[in-house]
Amino acid sequence: MKKFDIQNVKDTRSGFGAGLSELGKTNPKVVALCADLTGSLKMDAFQKDHPERFFQVGIAEANMMGVAAGLTIGGWIPFTGTFANFSTGRVYDQIRQSIAYSGKNVKICASHAGITLGEDGATHQILEDLGLMKMLPGMVVINPCDYNQTKAATIAIANYDGPVYLRFGRPAVPNFTEADAPFEIGKALLLNEGKDVSIFATGHLVWKAIEAGHALAEMGIDAEIINIHTIKPLDEEAVLKSVAKTRCVVTAEEHQMNGGLGDSIAQLLARKNPTPLEMVAVNDSFGESGTPDDLMKKYGLESSNIVAAVQAVLKRK
Amino acid sequence: MNKLSAQEISKLTSQIRRDILRMVHGCKSGHPGGSLGCADFLAALYFNVMDHNPDFRMDGLNEDIFFLSNGHISPVFYSVLARAGYFPVEELKTFRKLNTRLQGHPTTHEELPGVRVASGSLGQGISVAAGAALSKKLNQDTHLVYVLMGDGEIQEGQNWEALMFAAHHKIDNLIVTIDYNGQQIDGSTKEVMGLGDDIAEKVKAFGWEILYMDGHNMQNVLDTLAQAKAKSGQGKPIFIVMKTEMGYPVDFMMGSHKWHGVAPNDAELANALSQLPETIGDY
Repeated sequence: MKKFDIQNVKDTRSGFGAGLSELGKTNPKVVALCADLTGSLKMDAFQKDHPERFFQVGIAEANMMGVAAGLTIGGWIPFTGTFANFSTGRVYDQIRQSIAYSGKNVKICASHAGITLGEDGATHQILEDLGLMKMLPGMVVINPCDYNQTKAATIAIANYDGPVYLRFGRPAVPNFTEADAPFEIGKALLLNEGKDVSIFATGHLVWKAIEAGHALAEMGIDAEIINIHTIKPLDEEAVLKSVAKTRCVVTAEEHQMNGGLGDSIAQLLARKNPTPLEMVAVNDSFGESGTPDDLMKKYGLESSNIVAAVQAVLKRK
Repeated sequence: MNKLSAQEISKLTSQIRRDILRMVHGCKSGHPGGSLGCADFLAALYFNVMDHNPDFRMDGLNEDIFFLSNGHISPVFYSVLARAGYFPVEELKTFRKLNTRLQGHPTTHEELPGVRVASGSLGQGISVAAGAALSKKLNQDTHLVYVLMGDGEIQEGQNWEALMFAAHHKIDNLIVTIDYNGQQIDGSTKEVMGLGDDIAEKVKAFGWEILYMDGHNMQNVLDTLAQAKAKSGQGKPIFIVMKTEMGYPVDFMMGSHKWHGVAPNDAELANALSQLPETIGDY
């Protein structure tokens, strides 16, 4: 099992803030909008350095999505910022009609996704956002795994013409990807080659998958670990290639089983190569208040849960 | 485009209204009531008021642009766009039929020239137009952004977010017109969900400049829109309360909400068309 060095422990939302700040300097067409969460989204630097390209919209997310759609008319590239819950469920029809169906080049940037939002509880812990967004025709859906990758993804989506949903989180997590690694939308990243099982993970669960990989190696199980940072379009070729070798799959994500990464992979495999599959995800439940670590344990999103899922799926091989 | 006189536009509106009725009759569906009511306004915009280019460009740079928020009155929008040269008038006959660019509600998805955003799900137009108006300011483009919305539509909460936003950000290159016909699907706005005694006072309190317009008096429409233009660039967005009659001027279609979303049958179409002279030729 390959070793990954933790460079530091940082929140992915700060990666977004850093990426946006860099875009402010390098891409004069990028504008940003925020619904009263500038500090939480780490958009302060962009706001300070480019006040003419920053629009505070107040607590009015529906309007923010419409304004962003309008800003694209005339060539601007709007990045909207608020929590994932208010970036998706609250404004689904605005995104559907004014952005997705209208084909507008808006980047919907969503922080505090999933249960690791923590103490604020289930009202704010959206676990359905990936599903909501991937259902929209033409929407690109990205869920990077650490600070460096979130920064790289933020910069990369400015160069893609079309609507994008970029999901990231609140807590500090291990930052282990290379700072200068290029980000290619739709290209899965093979983190560890293995032959016994394919673990496809996204977002915060990628590091958990690496931890699981080490535990599995000690048990003599050789896991292939792939970082699926782009949920849609899914890198089908990478998934099918890995599965052809390992013939069993575990998916891992901080999301509902319904509609998430595991759902996309199960659908692909059912059509192209039916394969035993286990999902590490939240099973049809809302979250609750607690520390991120306590919640990840209670809702079964730890590396130990991935290990258990691997053991279960190996028996079905 | 050459600007038409009030008299010339009035002549044209008879043809536009014929188009509307024939389109909804042709597919046995659609929304004739509000379309008929807004024909004067939209014709004035596209044939006199706006500085626009029928050689369509999505970015709308260096021209005035228009958004239809109440997308269900697509028949009048399509007729005006076609008559202004955005696409062939013949295409009006494809309205709401399979593989048409003239979808039931306007969309950019089929790349119909003249449409810059999809609308139909109500309450989204002011937000989009406010964004487009900000885009013009960032581009140092001094042209204006126009929006038409329904009065029942203002029951959608997003409008109030957008009204607050546009005033707060002093988006003074934005001119919103509300079609104040007092009707919506289930009845009068008064019965369904009262807009209050004076909608203008509400919007004024948000920080907008208010104008009133008689939507069926062409000279008044042109004068009011000229006034609106003159008031742009002064720190406030502009809101025009346009009094219209749903179904105007077809006698049996006026006076209620009945013709909001119903197509006329053959006899009703003949009756309606007999009240509207063919002026520049049916499609």
